Amino acid sequence: MIELTSQTLDPDKFTSAVRLSTNGAVVTFLGTTRDNFEGKGVLTLEYEAFDEMAVKKLEEVRQELMAEFGLDDVAIGHRTGTVAIGEISLVVAVGSPHRKEGFYACHKAVDRIKEVVPIWKKEVYEDGSRWVACEDHEFTHEHEAALQGGDG
Amino acid sequence: MELTVRLFALYRERAGTKVFSLELPGGATVSDLTDAVRLRYPRLAPPDVKIVVAVNSDYAEPEDLLKPGDDVCLIPPVSGG
Repeated sequence: MIELTSQTLDPDKFTSAVRLSTNGAVVTFLGTTRDNFEGKGVLTLEYEAFDEMAVKKLEEVRQELMAEFGLDDVAIGHRTGTVAIGEISLVVAVGSPHRKEGFYACHKAVDRIKEVVPIWKKEVYEDGSRWVACEDHEFTHEHEAALQGGDG
Repeated sequence: MELTVRLFALYRERAGTKVFSLELPGGATVSDLTDAVRLRYPRLAPPDVKIVVAVNSDYAEPEDLLKPGDDVCLIPPVSGG
């Protein structure tokens, strides 16, 4: 099960989906929205997704993990839009015959999601905002000088 | 050929638009596309930073060929979770 939604995520829905009688373990990860970044208060988070590709990549991650760890099912849910502090932004539920594979798979799922799925998170502060993980896109003084020189 | 390019998140805000069209010669590659994008929007990304492109909902390589009708999207660094 893959779900990309602007509505509240209910973790039970995802754990239920992978609670098969062939499984001895369900490992669940909940990503929740944090109220601070480097000492700065975060008021809210805004998630933007490239919907078609995000769903496609989430399904690829799901299939990849099921194949690698021999799992029966993995369920992933991700929020979009404005998410209040303390809410769930990501649910990963892994159903596994044995616990060890379940823990590994769940850890890897979250890493892969953060790496390949086209979803973006903006932290909104009292005095501004920031797209997370875009530090390498900041323009330095040298960049600015080259642009203003017009010979780029 | 004329291609429609979609923008998200940081790129959408920096360009001030969700979408624009770009005229490229036939046989153009993804790398030709990012060159043209940088000329059009010099403040999208610093020159030493790679602009990641998705074509038809898959990540594309710089040498990949583009064809008319491709769904081209520019992907700033992702940060889901």
